[in-house]
Amino acid sequence: MEKRNYYDEPLSENSGFLTKSLPRRSFLQYTGAGVAAATLVMAGCKAEAPITIQNHDGVDLGSGDFGILNYAYALEQLEAAFYVQVLATPYSGISSKEKSYMHDICRHEVAHREFFKNALGSKAIPALEVDFSTIDFSSRDSVLAASKGFEDLGVTAYNGAGALLESVDYLLLAGKIVSVEARHAALIRDLIQCGSFANSEVLDQNGLDGARTPAEVLALAATFIKTKINASNLPTT
Amino acid sequence: MNFVNILEEIEKVDGDVYERLSPRRKAMKNFFSMGSKVAIAALPLALGSMFKKAYGQAVPQNIIDVLQYALTLEHFEYRFYERGSMLAPIPVGADNAAIQIIRDSEGKHVNFLKSVISSVGATPVAEKVVYDFTAGGTFPTVFTDYATFLAVAQVLEDTGVRAYKGRAGELLGQKVFLTAALGIHAVEARHAAKIRSMRRMNGHAPLLKSYITGGNDSGVPAANGNYGGSTPEGNVVQAGITITGINGQTISANTATEAFDEALTAAEVLALVAPFGVS
Repeated sequence: MEKRNYYDEPLSENSGFLTKSLPRRSFLQYTGAGVAAATLVMAGCKAEAPITIQNHDGVDLGSGDFGILNYAYALEQLEAAFYVQVLATPYSGISSKEKSYMHDICRHEVAHREFFKNALGSKAIPALEVDFSTIDFSSRDSVLAASKGFEDLGVTAYNGAGALLESVDYLLLAGKIVSVEARHAALIRDLIQCGSFANSEVLDQNGLDGARTPAEVLALAATFIKTKINASNLPTT
Repeated sequence: MNFVNILEEIEKVDGDVYERLSPRRKAMKNFFSMGSKVAIAALPLALGSMFKKAYGQAVPQNIIDVLQYALTLEHFEYRFYERGSMLAPIPVGADNAAIQIIRDSEGKHVNFLKSVISSVGATPVAEKVVYDFTAGGTFPTVFTDYATFLAVAQVLEDTGVRAYKGRAGELLGQKVFLTAALGIHAVEARHAAKIRSMRRMNGHAPLLKSYITGGNDSGVPAANGNYGGSTPEGNVVQAGITITGINGQTISANTATEAFDEALTAAEVLALVAPFGVS
């Protein structure tokens, strides 16, 4: 049920660019008998690749745990670059409080980015080229919507990556970071709309935050990453 | 939760999984074809019974232990907000709404964990009949003073985040359970951030941030242990890498602690919640 391609889905401008297509919500909104049948076919056919992205060009994230760490490194690069830009060109009417939030979050993402860079050492992917041309950095609405999107996406990315790791140590590290991303998400969400810190846009009916596969996350993040990324060697189970 | 991957994983260790499930292929088909809204609500139960039918008591005891531990904490958290929303002088409006949202989330976690535990053939741990929300008199005004209520809530939420984090490793290799636990873990972090924002906005703790700065930033000395432990929240070294000033970046020690939340062991958490009558 997490096999949809997201990039062909029109995005609503006022709902944030990513939150609309959380897997569970998509499941609720779009899954019909057709997709259920497809899921069943795949359940009975191990060889069928569940990932639809087959990009073998570009920067290779690698395989195994290092592949997942590079995947996290790529996302942290993206997030850090975004907040660096927010601080460099603050949106009009930014309050001192909001500026301090953006500053804090920026420093956290930079810390995450540099941590992964050092942890990966020679296995680290190079610096990625980003593309924020779809974000209007002069507009509070545009910046906060993007910020919300990145933070919520980060939460689902780490949640989905957890089970792909083999090392308990790396799982713990991912856990240390994902809760900070969730704190960011709650903070930003409330700046947009008070009380939306953990609403049904991000939580399922059991009150759980979502999880996304790397393929899903990278498809959503692709708009903002100019560098071609090859995720084909990442673990999928 | 990805059923395809689950089945693939099982097939790796048990090549006969489809054979075992084959008499129930029709049941599986029904399962996957259920109306979407029903499928989500019934998911833990349906999944659990599918596995139980195929394997008997297949879910290892240590996994069930983690689920019971989580349920024990969620019972308490839910009741804290349930009592609090009735008794504590919470301002009507945004604050009251937020507390109700958090209360309802905790209630959903309780029901979710109960259904998962039941569906794998175990008996969900019962809620304690009586809690001591004053923690043995440490917080005598927890339900009469709003600032105290929020302070205790912050400590409980931050501790909840640390509790899930500390046991995630035991679920590695159990994708469904691990992903679910991570799903709750992140929500607890959202709650913690919200409570912290409320304390800041209400002027109870004007400098408090939505993330944990340094060690115990709650202003509650009795909560030192909640921010301490074998790896305290003040930790600035991750996997042997010092985060403060990493690679020449402007990362203060406080920022380094904010950027990474730390875990607590089960023993540490249970000792911390014992005064509340939880364990």
